[in-house]
Amino acid sequence: MKTERGKNILLAHGSGGRLTQELIGSVFGRTLSNAILDKMDDSAVVKLDGNLAFTIDSHVVSPLFFPGGDIGRLSLTGTVNDLAMAGAEPLYICAAFVIEEGFPQDDLESIVSSMSLAAGEAGVQVVAGDTKVVERGAADGVFITTSGIGLIPASVRISSSAARPGDAVIVSGTIGDHGIAILSKRQGMDFQTEIRSDCAPLGGLVATMLDASRRVRTLRDPTRGGLAATLNEIAAASGVAIEVDESSIPFRSEVRAACELLGLDPLVLANEGKLVAFVARQDADKVLSAMRGHAYGAGAVIIGEVQESEKPRVYLRTLLGSRRILSMPTGEQLPRIC
Amino acid sequence: MPLTYLDEFRSAPQVQRLLDELIERRGSELKIMEVCGTHTMAISRYGIRQAAPKGITLISGPGCPVCVTANSDIDRFIEMSMLPGVIATSFGDMLRVPGTRMGLAEARSRGADVRIVYSPLDALRMARENPSKHVVFFGVGFETTAPTVAATLLEARDQGINNFFVQSVHKLVPPALEALCSMPDLAIDTFLCPGHVTAIIGPQAYKPVAEEFGIPCVIAGFEPIDVLQSLIMLAAQVDEGRSEVELQYSRGVRPDGNPQAMALMLSVFEPADAEWRGLGNIPGSGLILRDEFSDHDAAVRFQVDVSYSREPRGCICGDILTGIHTPPHCRLFRKVCTPDHPVGPCMVSSEGTCAAYYQYED
Amino acid sequence: MCLAVPAKIIEMDKQIATVEVGGLSRQASTVLLPDAAIGDYVLIHAGFAISLLDEEQALETIRLFDEMTGGMASGGA
Repeated sequence: MKTERGKNILLAHGSGGRLTQELIGSVFGRTLSNAILDKMDDSAVVKLDGNLAFTIDSHVVSPLFFPGGDIGRLSLTGTVNDLAMAGAEPLYICAAFVIEEGFPQDDLESIVSSMSLAAGEAGVQVVAGDTKVVERGAADGVFITTSGIGLIPASVRISSSAARPGDAVIVSGTIGDHGIAILSKRQGMDFQTEIRSDCAPLGGLVATMLDASRRVRTLRDPTRGGLAATLNEIAAASGVAIEVDESSIPFRSEVRAACELLGLDPLVLANEGKLVAFVARQDADKVLSAMRGHAYGAGAVIIGEVQESEKPRVYLRTLLGSRRILSMPTGEQLPRIC
Repeated sequence: MPLTYLDEFRSAPQVQRLLDELIERRGSELKIMEVCGTHTMAISRYGIRQAAPKGITLISGPGCPVCVTANSDIDRFIEMSMLPGVIATSFGDMLRVPGTRMGLAEARSRGADVRIVYSPLDALRMARENPSKHVVFFGVGFETTAPTVAATLLEARDQGINNFFVQSVHKLVPPALEALCSMPDLAIDTFLCPGHVTAIIGPQAYKPVAEEFGIPCVIAGFEPIDVLQSLIMLAAQVDEGRSEVELQYSRGVRPDGNPQAMALMLSVFEPADAEWRGLGNIPGSGLILRDEFSDHDAAVRFQVDVSYSREPRGCICGDILTGIHTPPHCRLFRKVCTPDHPVGPCMVSSEGTCAAYYQYED
Repeated sequence: MCLAVPAKIIEMDKQIATVEVGGLSRQASTVLLPDAAIGDYVLIHAGFAISLLDEEQALETIRLFDEMTGGMASGGA
């Protein structure tokens, strides 16, 4: 039975009864169909052998639809990327939807369908799911929690604590695109821009990098808190200093302009399709050219290096050539007048 | 290629050479106060402090209008934001500033409808779109910002938008500078003056500072070249025993400022005494709404009880701002006053003197 | 204290200008700068054009700067 178009989600869609079955069948089952999900058992049963990576992430974003993506694509790629950053091949995803009563069913369908497209691109299957409907006001449209598992090849040891002095720091492309794409659609911002979110699954890029070198030590996707937070976390976990060169960090001119206009620091803006890699110096060029051969790594550049240090620190070599501390961001990024 | 007015002023190798120049010119130690918060940001962002020769000390003045907002003013705005039917609108920087009991972020978590805007015009639009609500805009800022709020109020009046209100805590730069100059222990040799405030008020506004108090002033732009060129100009004034108002930021500042903006500002606001966080009351340093605009004056429309308001005790930001003391001298520093729980303006501003000390001496 | 960004006026409708900075555009009021015209570079603060940027002066600043640094550098304009 197909649900009629133009309808809204009702509380009854989450009641476990006939409407729930209908919603699951017509929206989720149909769009995300695969042999494991189609069984509709209480648990997905999969066979895996080796080191497993296992992760979970909740996705809340406003607006739900933004240039370059939507919460469906974001929730899929977010978990795929967390798996990839452990050096794993992402395989299976579970998704739980919390839907606000009254949410348009058409919107839900396009969210699930973009999730399905992203899953196809990432080479993963959504094998189990859950749907709850909450009263109007108890959620903001839809929240999606995804969890995923992947297999880590036996030879791969990737960790935030593995960065060593001398390692090269590589970013896979322009920084801050997602943050500005989201901000440009928030109420009151009103600037017109072509900037699109970079939201993308990075499993393929990581596989390419790991094929090129066995000395990729650390991989992270600089999402919330941006490059500044990610580098600080790695410096702390590895007990090293990281120095990056501001002039070599790639930014789109629109991202730079938006940051000038609103008084934001592009280094703390979120990214959803970029990674930071720490690679042994002697393999850096090899990894870099492998990355540049991949669609999601075409803009990859070396932005800095790891240094020995008693205190974990991140330094930024400024445009003037002097060195300042790049600190862990505090609080939310808001337009400022100072 | 056309000028971008940004990139041309950021080129690194030139600046390195200029710094060497600066070292050569330096005779004795020079204490330079950058009055403007945006200069403080630029100095931090480009690492100018680290790059400057040891003989030059850059001291961050009271130049962030958000950071110097007094507890009592924030408390009043927070009380208004808690009233039923009120949408409280503010620039984003205000969310970090603490009040006596809480800041705006916490007020929002307690149910206040606090919304961040980029322009006062965005707040006016919210009032137009929500006729059943009262929209209160927190009017903070110096002479650069006050005319934008004045223009917005005039538009509200012309369009008959009666549910738009402003709580004005705007502040004026020259009276604050003159108050600083009058302090007996002032340990500042020169002022790096704010380019964008001066774009409105004009360079003549600093004449008393340079001529009566004998403190050299250079009005500076905000790119690395601007700041460094201005440091050289200040050093030259000191070397040559001059004390003048010089304009480095000539591309953005007209000799008479922006008379239209000044006139508009003074048609809506009038000067009044104002309380500055960490500095206390400075006569004639604030702007309040004129009587003709009392219909839009949040302070008139919403009577709230802020008798609990207390300005922070034990904070020596006043002495830190004037270069008399450094943050470790303060009893609150690091113990009570931290970047996550700031007390005075020097910690409230993420680039303030205390915040910088906290970070670098960690 | 006051963040203001150079932007180019590309359209004007009464006192509302469309300004462009680095490939990004938005509206700004010219109430505070009534003489502003299409093609002008202005400083934008909180959604308002507050001052006209002067090209000759900008080039002069770069020239002076070059002079100070021994004329080795170029403004890159």
